[in-house]
Amino acid sequence: MPPRIAEIHEKLKKRELSAVEIAKAYIGAVERLNPELGAYITLTPDAALAGAAEADKLIALGGDIPPLCGVPMTVKDNISTKGVLTTCGSNILNNYYPAFDAEAVTRLNAAGAVLLGKTNLDEFAMGSTCETSFYGTAKNPHDTGRVPGGSSGGGAAAVAAGIAAYAIGSDTGGSIRVPASFCGVFGLKPTYGAVSRYGLIAYASSFDQIGVIAESAEDAACVFDAISGHDPKDMTSDPFPRGKTLPGISDGVCGLRIGVLTNLFEGLNPVIADKIGAALGIYESLGASVEPVSIEQFDMCLPVYYILACAEASSNLARFDGVRYGYRAPEYRGADEMIRKTRSEGFGREVKRRIMLGNYVLSSGYFDAYYKKAQLTRGAMRRSFSAAFEKADVIVCPTVAVLAPKLGDMMNADPVEMYLTDMCTVSVNICGLPAVSVPVGADRRLPIGMQLIGAKFSEGLLLRAARAFELAGGVVLRPAVGGDPLAV
Amino acid sequence: MVIGLETHVELSTRTKIFCSCPTDFGGEPNSHCCPVCVGLPGTLPVLNAVVVEYAVKAGLALGCRISEVSKMDRKNYVYPDLPKAYQISQFDMPLCLSGLVELSDGAAIRINRIHIEEDAGKLVHQNGDYYIDYNRGGVPLIEIVTEPDFRSAEQVREYLEKLRLIMRALGVSDCKMQEGSMRCDVNISVRRVGDERLGTRAEIKNMNSIAFIMKALEYERSRQVEAARAGEPIAQETRRYIESTGETEPMRGKEDSDDYRYFNEPDIPYILLTKEYIEELRAGLPELPDAKLARYVSEYGLAAKDAAIIIRYPGLSAYFEEMARISGAAVRSANAVITSIFRRIPDEDGRERAEGLPPAGYLAEAIKLADGGGIPAASYKGVLDRILETGRPFGELYSPEDFAGIPADKLARIAAEAVAANASAADGVLAGREKAIKSLVGAVMRATGGKADPELAVAELRKQIEIYGGRKE
Ligand SMILES: [Zn+2]
Repeated sequence: MPPRIAEIHEKLKKRELSAVEIAKAYIGAVERLNPELGAYITLTPDAALAGAAEADKLIALGGDIPPLCGVPMTVKDNISTKGVLTTCGSNILNNYYPAFDAEAVTRLNAAGAVLLGKTNLDEFAMGSTCETSFYGTAKNPHDTGRVPGGSSGGGAAAVAAGIAAYAIGSDTGGSIRVPASFCGVFGLKPTYGAVSRYGLIAYASSFDQIGVIAESAEDAACVFDAISGHDPKDMTSDPFPRGKTLPGISDGVCGLRIGVLTNLFEGLNPVIADKIGAALGIYESLGASVEPVSIEQFDMCLPVYYILACAEASSNLARFDGVRYGYRAPEYRGADEMIRKTRSEGFGREVKRRIMLGNYVLSSGYFDAYYKKAQLTRGAMRRSFSAAFEKADVIVCPTVAVLAPKLGDMMNADPVEMYLTDMCTVSVNICGLPAVSVPVGADRRLPIGMQLIGAKFSEGLLLRAARAFELAGGVVLRPAVGGDPLAV
Repeated sequence: MVIGLETHVELSTRTKIFCSCPTDFGGEPNSHCCPVCVGLPGTLPVLNAVVVEYAVKAGLALGCRISEVSKMDRKNYVYPDLPKAYQISQFDMPLCLSGLVELSDGAAIRINRIHIEEDAGKLVHQNGDYYIDYNRGGVPLIEIVTEPDFRSAEQVREYLEKLRLIMRALGVSDCKMQEGSMRCDVNISVRRVGDERLGTRAEIKNMNSIAFIMKALEYERSRQVEAARAGEPIAQETRRYIESTGETEPMRGKEDSDDYRYFNEPDIPYILLTKEYIEELRAGLPELPDAKLARYVSEYGLAAKDAAIIIRYPGLSAYFEEMARISGAAVRSANAVITSIFRRIPDEDGRERAEGLPPAGYLAEAIKLADGGGIPAASYKGVLDRILETGRPFGELYSPEDFAGIPADKLARIAAEAVAANASAADGVLAGREKAIKSLVGAVMRATGGKADPELAVAELRKQIEIYGGRKE
């Protein structure tokens, strides 16, 4: 199967289909499948058709057509879209229409992207299953009795079911890679600073990063090249020019040093271990070398992540008070009660839990024991990863150590159970590294993902390695729900 | 009495600290705002480099050590005028540390730190409702924190006036207390003479007038001394000054104690300054008030008191220096500022703006002439006033002959005519009513177009009155 974006691009270029026809096919598929999948919170058919008509105008002019022009896509609902409802999956933003586009969205618009709608997520991206959304959970297209993963579950479900060519997501602790793994699609979490965060409604500012969910590495490269690059509106944005990732994507892995992260293979589900083992075998056959690597204090990554991310979240989410925008409690006496009731009614349980946790670790008397210690450990982990990248170009491990759970299982379990879902992914965010999740097979129809982690700004290398695997041993996992809207 | 100050100074950068909105005072409510400074979700702060530059200049001028590495922190608290529910400030790694300000009585006030932060918006109470104006939100501030080194209200006044002069000399703030661009939190405690230990302090928040600070300090001193004498404990608390009574009262108790849950601002990387950058700013510092005062005394020979008055107004200082240079008569130039110009511009604001004055050379020309005796003392003041009033050069208003005086025979004739025309005045003088001569002097001055020397005129008039008296007998 050819990469999705390139396939649509070819159809447009050869005038087999117009952008409007493609948009209509996708809108039809979304309207047919979304009630079952819950992938989208908001559909934007009018915007999609208008965007497609613009694309057709450009195509009619002849000349070069940008690769994303006329390609239907979705944006996670915590990324600002001007004039389009942006809820963060929360009741507290049930009526929030941003006055500006996120920088990534601005760049996609300039590239001629066609926006189908805003996709579902765990409330404020806090969750690993998409079940904490105020707007109902999204379902896994491979088994609608199971979660799609989170927090970018809606985007992953949409891509897996074929009702978006690609999805823009955000990844704070695994929110792109976990759902990509559960839904059997490709996920790219770029280096911290590679894509502007301007317009991404912050959960944990020093971890958040906008990225891509797509059908293949090539699709992801195409989108990453369009949205990455310095943005003066974001001081944490990388100011240095970096090369595009798409041109070298087929250069192969000969001579690549792959490090296998031993910390995550002890006691691992044998099916997952087997699939990744097979993938490593393919890499060796392509000329890469495989060595074990380990990261010191790796078992500290979950506490470090939850302490620091919740601390930042408690501050980031303090602004939602019903004063200027968003939900406001209908009945109150005085400003204090208004704010209290608005927040009590506006936020869900998981968000409240993390706000409480964050306020706790920042309180005087606890700051040193939690926040400060976690910061120090974060520094140690960064150094440990840097040392590992002396020995390996790419580090391989599972994306998630489990298969997609059944709906409700996590919600009824101890919250720590859900936090464990992120065990393999959070260290990447702690250290600001890039990583991808590549489908490597399935266990009884449930997809399994392999994670490739690289040094900072090695997206090109990761995408190349992923592409090499896709060509040599890639698997196409057909979803139970969905298909190709353009298939005749 | 032991006093420490935390002074907030609004920096006069063109744009706000984290966005490109204008910082101008006033304006329609919420007209100087954008998604960033009203803290809309998804927006990010971009630190204005000029803010750092201004703060470093302020630090250098106050003798601080400038941190090569500093960082921004979030100070978390909920208040409607703070749209993000946190203020971006600096907590444990401020831009400037440990400076010093010397006062005229020899006291040295240690500066603990200077840090940069954003201002909050303003709550406006109207028709029983609260409205929020975010125009001021995001205006850059520096907070200058002293050690508890003040021992009198007078020292506080001098320090604040000096701080204001320094900031204005640097051009980093206009420090207008009435517009809120300089505000103080005052910490005060009392202790027995000779006692080493500090007493429990009260903090008076948000003072925006030096006069009020003086009154509040006096009130607090007597309140705390009385309480101490009566053996009552003094609460460590935040108080508010009430303008109408000149008293202070405890602020309504905030139940949640001040736990600001500071942590480093993840949206702004550490601020890294090179030694070269700091030294470049140090080399570019303008002459500061202390140095200027010393120079006015040593170079121009001014009295320290006069020098101190002139340096309060940078615009007039420059004007003075220009007059002194052209006229070569510094003391006379200083006097021209303090008498003629001050009389012409009676208000502080006007003196600060120093606008509407003729080129310094116009006055300097008259000053130079007067210094050589070319203008009689009695006419000098009028000459300066006339130049200031008309804004025209000395040479256009006067010719040298104007001050050559009136020939004696001519003056005698005019005086005689004046006496003849107003015999009753002459009679009055003869009868011992000295004041009666005034109208005669007026007549002489009128007849000579103001060119006569009044002293000579009086002498000549006395002569003519005597002659007139002799004739009468
Ligand atoms: Zn602004």
